[in-house]
Parts: sequence; C-alpha cells; structure tokens
Amino acid sequence: MNRLPRDIIAMRIAKELKDGDVVNLGIGIPSLCSQFVPENKTIFYHSESGVLNYGPMSESGLEDPDLINASGQFLAPVAGMSFFNSSDAFAMIRGGHIDVTILGALQVSAKGDLANWMIPSRGIGNVGGAMDLAVGAKKVIVAMEHTDKDGNPKIVSECTFPLTSRKCVSLIVTDIAVITVQDEKLILIEIAPGWDFAKVQELTDAPLVLSTDIKAFSV
Amino acid sequence: MNKIFTSFDDAVSDIKDNATIMIGGFAGPGGTAQNLIKSLRDLGANNLTIISNTAGFASIIGFGALPGHIPIDVGILIDNHQVRKVIASFPVSPSPSKPNSFEKAYAKNEIELELVPQGTLAERIRAGGAGIPAFYTPTGLDTHVTKEKETRFFKQKEYVLEEALVSDFAFIRALKADKFGNLTYKGTSKNFNAVMVTAATVSIIEVDEITEIGGINSNMIDTPSIYVNRIIEIRK
Repeated sequence: MNRLPRDIIAMRIAKELKDGDVVNLGIGIPSLCSQFVPENKTIFYHSESGVLNYGPMSESGLEDPDLINASGQFLAPVAGMSFFNSSDAFAMIRGGHIDVTILGALQVSAKGDLANWMIPSRGIGNVGGAMDLAVGAKKVIVAMEHTDKDGNPKIVSECTFPLTSRKCVSLIVTDIAVITVQDEKLILIEIAPGWDFAKVQELTDAPLVLSTDIKAFSV
Repeated sequence: MNKIFTSFDDAVSDIKDNATIMIGGFAGPGGTAQNLIKSLRDLGANNLTIISNTAGFASIIGFGALPGHIPIDVGILIDNHQVRKVIASFPVSPSPSKPNSFEKAYAKNEIELELVPQGTLAERIRAGGAGIPAFYTPTGLDTHVTKEKETRFFKQKEYVLEEALVSDFAFIRALKADKFGNLTYKGTSKNFNAVMVTAATVSIIEVDEITEIGGINSNMIDTPSIYVNRIIEIRK
C-alpha cells in the first residue's frame, strides 16, 4: 500500500498555519513545512537557538556559524529577524507566545500524550526543547510516519516510551491519515489514497473514531 | 581594575579539581568559547561538573560547523577524563550510529548525567544569576526528568519545583567587549552565553575584539560589565 512521502505530510501541515502565526518547527519532517506556506501568508518562525522571524536557509558559501536554527542549519540574514538569549527563547515558549509547534514523535497516545525524546533501547536521549514546546505552545501538531521502521504502530493506547508531556497533541498528520485528538478520542478526519478506515485502524494500536465528515487526505 | 587577559592558559589557570563550570553555546561552534575549553583541557583540572546545553557532539557530526571545520567542544574534556558530571538538555549525538565521547563514557558508568529540559536549564541558570533559589515550571511534569521533585498546584494546574544553578566559572563567547567588560554578541550566539555570564563566580569571556570604553554604543550593550570578570581577545 502506498505511503505518502514526507513532503506531502509537510504540505498538509502547512495548510494548518494561519497568517500571523508564530511557529516553532522541530527536527525532521517538521522542518520541511515552511517551504509549503503560500506567499500570501506571513508566518513568524521561532527557533530556540534564539531567533524570531527567520526565513530561508543560507546560500552556499555565505554560511555563518552565528546564524543557525535549532537543527544546526545555517540561516540567511533577513530584515526583521531578532535575536535573544536562551532564557528569553523559552520564556516565549513557556509563556504561551508560540501559536503552533510541529514536532516529530516516537509515540502518541489516544489522550494526546507525546513520547518523542528517547528510544528505550538506547538507554539515553536528548530532551532539548521538546518538553517546553509540548507544554507551552498553544497548539501541538505531530508529523510522523504512521508506523515505526519495524511496522509497529506509533499511535498507541498508552505510551510505553518515556513521556515528553501529557495531553498536549491536538493533531496528528501521518503518511496515511490525518487524526485529531478530541476529549481523549482519536478522530480520523482524512485518509490517504488507497486506504480506508479498517486499513488505517489495523496499523493503529488505539481505537479510532471515524469522523462524520471524513475526507480524502488533501493538500 | 584590569579585566583583560592576554593568555587563554592564564585566564583559566586558577580552575581547581572539583570545580563547576558553565560553558555557553547552543551546540555548534557559534557561541562556544573554544579557546577556553582547549586551555582547560591543557590545564587538566579533574572531577569537573560541566553545565552546558550539550555534552559535545558538534565535533562528531559537524553541527552548525562550516564545511571542513572541526569545532572544539566539551568532548575534548571528556576524552581527557576531566569530567565527573554533565548537566545538559541535549547530551548525546542526534545520530545514534555516531555516538559522542559522552555517550561512550556514560555507557561505561564513567560519567554522571543530570538531564534537564532546555528551557528549564536556561531558567535555572537565569534564576541562579538573579538570586532566586527555585521556581515552579509546567515543563517536564510526570516525566523522567522531574522524578521525585516537589510539585504544587496554582490555579488548578500542577507545576514542578526546579532549583537554581550557579557555578564557579563560566566560559562565554561574545563578539566584542569594551575595557570595562560590557559585551555584545552576534546573531544566535547569545543563546546560553548571555544567561550563564550572570550565574558564575568568575566569568571568562573570549571575544573577537576588545575595544576602548565607548567602542560599543551603550544602546547596543547586551551584557553590562557588572557580570564580567575576565576578557580575552582571540588572536587571528
């Protein structure tokens, strides 16, 4: 069965962003979202490296180690960007000033619990800014593949991996479905081409509820 | 009063075994006081506690580093067996197949880790510099990183009590200092530097340039000189 590519997941999430939103993008699929925001929308990108309103990546040959995002990518200098220290970067996050954060996940539970910082078999992991973002952003969107590389469901009844934060995720976009978390239930609202409710449920550990307004996955 | 040093080795020479040292920077070479780290390695002080966002992986995966440039980071202190404990938010390499020195030492029980969410780490340091012993935060509730910590409800919401951090020394990378020690930073290299500089008994700052008094416009000073003990210019 066909899985949607990462770019399509990012494209679908870009539709969720509203003109004027302040958005923090995590590493991986989330970092792809900015390139799919239409030009008539102004999005203010925030990075915990200490920058607001960054734009495109730096041109080759003009990279500056003093101008990076949280993934270590070099940014181009653009008018209107501002810089701040780590304490302020997280005051913005914890203080509720970030409208949307888009994060990767290892597991998401039916209640919207998020686990994304440690694979137990490694015995150690990086928390970075994930716990602050999950707690502080007004809206947490998860972008991920529906199953892990061994085919295990990543949407589960209860997270078995170490938690990042409880009850924080409101929307999950995967390579086969779009799911909202409402009142501790997972509502399937969009399905990728070639998939149906039963097939998506088969790859989902937690019970899904079919939306009365089910749609095709649309970018 | 003279805060200016001309030798990196001299600037760190009074760091003793068992010291706690904050090292600024985000993860890459930008904002990391690489010359001071190197001198601390050469000095050889042992049993150190390092407070830093990462435990050093830029040298392994090239994070934030220009092509062909291998940055110096906390990893060289760990390789030299000088570090007893690391307090960090992002201790290991993002790429499990390329483990950093810290992860190898941790697997052999040679080093201790206090894992702290990045915002909590920044705020604990800010609090330390500001004379606040502890604070409540929503971050990390019900997770591994806040096990056995006190919690309290405010307006029906639960928060975790986190304690301030201070240190004996802080290694800071700024762009410019004037001779009083007023500082400016460049771009995203304020990061932990502009916070840690406030929370150490002795702050040591390496800069591109030390200017005369007035060489930095007072409106552009990020860190007032009150927080600055030693400054040293990087020779090109």
